[in-house]
Amino acid sequence: MRKVELKGLTKSYDGKQDVLKAIDVTIEPGEFFVLVGPSGCGKSTMLRMIAGLESITAGELALDGKRANALSPSDRDLSMVFQNYALYPHLTVEQNITFGLHVKKISKKEQKARCEEVCAMLGLTDYMKRKPKELSGGQRQRVALARAVVTQAPLCLMDEPLSNLDAKLRAKMRSEIRQLQRKLGITMIYVTHDQTEAMTMADRMMILSGGDVQQIGRPLDVYNNPANTFVASFIGSPPMNLIEAEISDSVLVADGHWMTPITADMKAKLQTDKVTLGVRPEHISLAKDSEPGFLVQVANVEVLGTETLVTFDFGEDTQWIAKWNGQSDIQPGAQIRIAVDDHHLALYSTETGERIYCQASEQAAEKKVSS
Amino acid sequence: MSIGKKVLLYMALTVSGLVMVFPILYAFLISFMQGGEVLQGSLWPESFSLANYFSAFERVPLLTYLWNSLVVSVLIMVGQLVLCSLAAFAFVFIEFKGREWIFYLFISTMMIPWEATMVPNFQTVQSLGWLNSYAGLTIPFFAMAFGTFLLRQQFKTIPKELYEASQIAGISKLRFFTGVVLPVAKTTITTLAIYSFLTAWNMYLWPLLVTNNEANRTVQIGLKQMQTQEIASDWGVVMAGVVMVILPTLILLFAGQKRLQEGLTQGALK
Amino acid sequence: MTVIRQEATSGSTGDWHLERKRAWSNWMTGMMFLLPSLILFGVFLFYPMVRTVYLSLFLTDSQGVPVVFVGWENFVNLFQSTSFQLSAKATALFVLYTVPAGIVLATALAILANQKLRGIGLFRTMFSATMGMSVAASSVIWMFLFNPSIGLFNRILAALNIPGVQWLLDPQYALLSVSVATIWMNTGFAFLILLGGLQNIDQSLYESARIAGVSESYKLRKITLPMLSPTLFFVTTVSLINAFQTFGQIDLLTRGGPMESTNVIVYSIYKDAFINYNVGSASAQAVLLFVAVLIVTVLQFKIGERKVHYQ
Repeated sequence: MRKVELKGLTKSYDGKQDVLKAIDVTIEPGEFFVLVGPSGCGKSTMLRMIAGLESITAGELALDGKRANALSPSDRDLSMVFQNYALYPHLTVEQNITFGLHVKKISKKEQKARCEEVCAMLGLTDYMKRKPKELSGGQRQRVALARAVVTQAPLCLMDEPLSNLDAKLRAKMRSEIRQLQRKLGITMIYVTHDQTEAMTMADRMMILSGGDVQQIGRPLDVYNNPANTFVASFIGSPPMNLIEAEISDSVLVADGHWMTPITADMKAKLQTDKVTLGVRPEHISLAKDSEPGFLVQVANVEVLGTETLVTFDFGEDTQWIAKWNGQSDIQPGAQIRIAVDDHHLALYSTETGERIYCQASEQAAEKKVSS
Repeated sequence: MSIGKKVLLYMALTVSGLVMVFPILYAFLISFMQGGEVLQGSLWPESFSLANYFSAFERVPLLTYLWNSLVVSVLIMVGQLVLCSLAAFAFVFIEFKGREWIFYLFISTMMIPWEATMVPNFQTVQSLGWLNSYAGLTIPFFAMAFGTFLLRQQFKTIPKELYEASQIAGISKLRFFTGVVLPVAKTTITTLAIYSFLTAWNMYLWPLLVTNNEANRTVQIGLKQMQTQEIASDWGVVMAGVVMVILPTLILLFAGQKRLQEGLTQGALK
Repeated sequence: MTVIRQEATSGSTGDWHLERKRAWSNWMTGMMFLLPSLILFGVFLFYPMVRTVYLSLFLTDSQGVPVVFVGWENFVNLFQSTSFQLSAKATALFVLYTVPAGIVLATALAILANQKLRGIGLFRTMFSATMGMSVAASSVIWMFLFNPSIGLFNRILAALNIPGVQWLLDPQYALLSVSVATIWMNTGFAFLILLGGLQNIDQSLYESARIAGVSESYKLRKITLPMLSPTLFFVTTVSLINAFQTFGQIDLLTRGGPMESTNVIVYSIYKDAFINYNVGSASAQAVLLFVAVLIVTVLQFKIGERKVHYQ
């Protein structure tokens, strides 16, 4: 187990533009920490800086409290799994797994024992004599995992390890990797562009965009309280619905005629009369007859079996998505009346995208106070 | 493809193929002919007797020459493979100050025609006491820009993650070179080996300059000797010598033709 | 922000030491890998090139030791000597005879051999066979073919009732004869590379052309040749440089004669340096050869960059 601290960690290739801007975070021992963001956000760069494969332009990297900025990769006592697995094509599975162990002064006997152990753990025992090209994608992935596990390094870095697998296998490996990490009790830093992986695997996650930290937190906290519109639209599938709204008196008006009341408490926090309103798809429902509702036209319907995604036109050029449990028989083109759960509204500044108000966070804060 | 077009193509291929190989084939045939047959201008020997071959081995120390050529070619081949792969590895996997500059230095060597430097080279080899020695025949050719570029192209296709993975594992550069890069680039290295051997075996001007006794002469210079001596009029014997010289390289070429073609195209174009 | 950054970088001199140590060790390792090549290039290419330029400015004794500095005199003498003028002319003609014809021939063979036909491998082997032939062996064979009394060419002429020709002994024909032999010798190499270039062309281009229904010659002009141009460019450069460096076939077939009609530049250098022991003059010619090759390379790249279509 290993603690990883980043203090103002900055990376610049040309000395002018920073691809990573003063990142501050502490990754606790034994934590499964996920770096997530769109491609080009700097997440892989950050991982490679921790690995020692990229130099650190400014700031400090500490491993277990010791400054590690200039340590060579091999002196950091970590393992890494690459997106393309980086298996040596001319070596067998066994040779791949034990390759480099001699450097750590591990005896041949011990190497063999360790290799057999991890192969058993990962279901590779029958494939130890094969070459990588004779393995399926999933098996190669496991060899890459085995190679990381066999070193018994207390810190493991993974760079998009599942992105070359098909969807079904990916879901399976997600859970396997998570179980493995728990079993070994190692610290894991995991890079992905897939928010589902981040949500399902992380103890905590960091959302990066354009080299800036957008939010750090536990998956559910991030999901319930996105710090800004970027996180709101990045985390969650389908993402949070967003639209610009105006405040008049004690109502919020979107698209000219849809209104929802706002509380005094809410209003007190708003300094402007223009905000971006966010609603999660699951907080939109069909309005009951007694409820106030809002008439929209259905553009598309996706029935997934246990749930139904309904896309409808909202405003001039905005489409919203609602997610309902069960199988709905609404047809595209239909006019439906929808209601929004006003206990789950989130308001963001239209200028900066920062969160101004979020019901869930207020509730969480209240709970803390009362307990 | 229509039948007519196919027939036409085969005819064109056959005619041009025969024209191209005729001189080689003819040399083979003459090597079995008696003196009289050659003078009459026969195209086919009356019998395939090996008399000319025995005669060739008797009249010039062909075996010594062949052996010298073999040693020289293998030495040059090994030397070039070692030096080229070392240099190519440095250009791809080791980052250091001045690497770019050295790379341009390597490129610039391609612009110096080797023949323009032969006079001082001869003097150097002479003052090193390397005349009539394998060292003088081989060492000047160990460094080769073309081979370095060819291998550099190949090494660049090795995913950089392989290098990074071994860096994390703490494997030394030399060990990564011998344990990963060389085995992975096996095919291209074989291609370069064939090319090196062919070129070295066929070398003419330099062996002519630095050898002047029979003990160290290569087989190409042996041919010149055969042709200028009185046996020159005995064409059957001369052609037997020619066949002995071209047989190894032709076999090598036929075996490695596809590889050579792929390898050379790769080196030429990227 | 900038303040923080300065603090961070100057904060630990340990980092700086470690990084410097690593850069130094990388440099050392890099040089260890490159040194063998660098030393040999230095001793057997760069030094002799500089030495050649140096020697070209001196009068030398028979051992090649520079005796008197004469400046440009060697060059002036060269340009005034008919012998050198003949040599320059022979070289230029030799390049002109061998390079264009050789490339056209190799290209035609490569296109012919790029068909998907049964047994095409055999033809490819036949076309590339000369690559395995040494200059010496090839020259001996062509010597026989050119033989005035029993050689094949004169026999063919005789069969056609045309008087025989002294192919290698007649100043009118000697250079042409050597050129024909040279084209044959160089075809294998050029063919192999051009065939490789053809096979690298994306087949979908031809498939879409087939759907469009264009003619064969249109395909050749609009797809094959443009897509082959980088390869052609490379082969042309190599052939030109090779032509300038020709030696073996001259030495074996004509020894520069008759009447110096085949005394191409490298043979002339060889003769001056190792037969006439006039190292100064040989060096001056070597410098000119170097300049010629340099000009060709630079021109090729200047023209090539503009005209060649790279994939």
